[in-house]
Amino acid sequence: MKKKLTTVAFQGTPEQEKQLLAVIAKHKGEKGSMMPIMQEAQDIYGYLPIEVQTIIARETGVSLEEIYGIATFYSQFKLNPDGKYAISVCLGTACYVKGSGDVLDEISKQLNVPIGSTSPDGKFSVEATRCLGACGLAPVMTINGEVYGSLKKEDVKTILAKYR
Amino acid sequence: MKSLAELEKIKEKTRGAIVLPDGGNEIRIVVGMATCGIAAGARPVYEALEAGIKENGLGKQVSLIQTGCVGVCQYEPVIEVYQAGKERVTYVKMTAEKAAKVLEQHVKGGKVVEEYTITYAQNGGKAPADGVVHTSLTDTVFCKTQLRQALRNCGLIDPENIDEYIAMDGYKALGKALTEMTPDQVIETVLASGLRGRGGAGFPTGMKWKFASGNRGNVQKYVCCNADEGDPGAFMDRSVLEGDPHAVVEAMAIAGYAIGADQGYVYVRAEYPVAVKRLKIAIEQAKKYGLLGKNIFGTDFSFDLDIRLGAGAFVCGEETALMTSIEGKRGEPRPRPPFPAIKGLFEKPTILNNVETYANIPQIILNGAEWFSSVGTEKSKGTKVFALGGKIKNTGLVEVPMGTTLRHIIEEIGGGIPNGKKFKAAQTGGPSGGCIPASLIDTQIDYDNLIAIGSMMGSGGLIVMDEDTCMVDLARFFLDFTVDESCGKCTPCRVGTRRLLEILDKIISGNGEMEDITRLEELSTYIKSASLCGLGQTAPNPVLSTLRYFRDEYIAHIVDKKCPAGVCKKLIRYEIDPEKCIGCGMCAKNCPASTIVRTDYTAPGHKLASMKIEQANCVKCGACMSSCKFGAISKG
Repeated sequence: MKKKLTTVAFQGTPEQEKQLLAVIAKHKGEKGSMMPIMQEAQDIYGYLPIEVQTIIARETGVSLEEIYGIATFYSQFKLNPDGKYAISVCLGTACYVKGSGDVLDEISKQLNVPIGSTSPDGKFSVEATRCLGACGLAPVMTINGEVYGSLKKEDVKTILAKYR
Repeated sequence: MKSLAELEKIKEKTRGAIVLPDGGNEIRIVVGMATCGIAAGARPVYEALEAGIKENGLGKQVSLIQTGCVGVCQYEPVIEVYQAGKERVTYVKMTAEKAAKVLEQHVKGGKVVEEYTITYAQNGGKAPADGVVHTSLTDTVFCKTQLRQALRNCGLIDPENIDEYIAMDGYKALGKALTEMTPDQVIETVLASGLRGRGGAGFPTGMKWKFASGNRGNVQKYVCCNADEGDPGAFMDRSVLEGDPHAVVEAMAIAGYAIGADQGYVYVRAEYPVAVKRLKIAIEQAKKYGLLGKNIFGTDFSFDLDIRLGAGAFVCGEETALMTSIEGKRGEPRPRPPFPAIKGLFEKPTILNNVETYANIPQIILNGAEWFSSVGTEKSKGTKVFALGGKIKNTGLVEVPMGTTLRHIIEEIGGGIPNGKKFKAAQTGGPSGGCIPASLIDTQIDYDNLIAIGSMMGSGGLIVMDEDTCMVDLARFFLDFTVDESCGKCTPCRVGTRRLLEILDKIISGNGEMEDITRLEELSTYIKSASLCGLGQTAPNPVLSTLRYFRDEYIAHIVDKKCPAGVCKKLIRYEIDPEKCIGCGMCAKNCPASTIVRTDYTAPGHKLASMKIEQANCVKCGACMSSCKFGAISKG
């Protein structure tokens, strides 16, 4: 699966950086410690942006390229943070034939967020999902788990307004 | 822990809590709390029992413990009540309310709540016809012919309490190996037992150890455990780690002694949080008792164990990829030779065995090679654990002697196919394996027989399929998985599997040509012979094996443009019979694509005009057929 770099500004706190440095110090000199460091770093920040990878590279002496290579190899590592509002549009067959593709495109256009990424202010993330099993309500999407059904392209503006 | 005598003392002290002494009135209640049990709602059951015991002041007489998987998945949550001199009672599909009743009526009142027992559950909730209620799980057909060796402690002991493991002779094998055997004797014993790797390929475990045993004491070596169980449909390794983690810890220390390694790594997939937690606890407890660390049992053997978490990559179940991943790199496989026994983790001699393989080791050391090899077939010794799933009545984890027939597993232990359907095939080995058709149901399952019929043991997933499964679609499902999980390092696997998937897609969408079958076969052969690692070398197996046994289904898709099992959406059609349709319109109401309209034809004897499906917009979801009460809709 291809991973997209994030456009969300990095908002790491000095506190988080302190935690990360402590993690790296804890693993210093341990063989094969890169995966545990990256896993713990993701626990601290919620994802692994390039800024965090840069800190790891600086502190461990491993090149950023190599760390980026690891981050993109394993599906568990996230390069994008979840948005404050996570929007998932169902692209299952039933939804798709009833126009969920258009709905997804409309959301992406109105929010100016490419599909599969997060808006620069970290507020919205937009993704397509497989069948949610609510075919009777097609087309369906969820925003932070709340379900919206029988959608039309025209509904998008009103729904998004609730979250802006 | 300095001696076997100390170990014996702990055993004496704890044994009575598990095997209840005769004449006593103690009661032991165990709650199955592996991931599956917890997901089915075992936690509220445990809490209700805990509260009830406290409320009724039963703390002195009744002990309540959590245990691992007992194996009967479809009956979770399960609790079992043990009392000296009485039959073990297995209660199934428990809830907090039911648990409270068990406590009141059985534990306090001494009367078994028969309607909650497994006998009733297996008999459709009624008393058995012969009136004899066998309350214990071990009396059911499901359990009677199983032989639990690797899983012997699962569902019996508290996995988070090292004393209970010791009470069941735990760590005695390690003590025996360290104090009474030379490392070479350990290897000879494992070799003579005939134990073969339970992770899939079936390489003799003793042989692997022997290759890595040279130059003991002079070079750094490693012992690794593969717990990256990625095969969709297999969960025996998780069950062992969740139900009996100390068995793996003990076995790895024995392996360390045998080859001369002082450090081990367990590579567990991050998707198994409960297994990771229990393994962590087990390692800490073993360290505290001095069963890991320096100078174990007062000898000069030292061994340490660490856990490494996977991060969601199927290829990391391959041995060289797993080692690259432990090193903290992209989990890509490397060419062999050099084999890991010569140059493995951090370029040092390394052995890697699967969880289930390790779970067999302590027993082999304790009871001897002959004990182990007395069970099984000529070339496959011991037992094998299968995760039985799919279209089968009794889903669950079963452990049977090697050489048991597929028929026995499916019809006896598995209870047959539900809903009166016919058995079509069984799939073993997951994405690397193949299928066994109904005509070969009497095959004795062992490593070599499965290879001979074009499948493989794999880690032990056994998915049963009935006549409603399309074999072309099944092959496509596995290929889709492999394409996603191919690491991309070598071309035959990266590009080849994608091309295979494209041809399969073409066939199931009704655009296949007869030449495609030749293409599939040719391409599969190239991928098998040219791929770097096990993932690529076995990826075409689902295609080749379905082609071997179900070629007619491929031909039906290609020539007749039909899917005989009625699965491939582009090749099926729903039709409404205008003579049977009474025109109620339920189908139209339930159609997600709004593609059912009323015609102007009214069948004789009906009041309303019949309905019709506009085929162009039909999404083939089948909602119309299941909503029709008059059997007017057919699938073809």
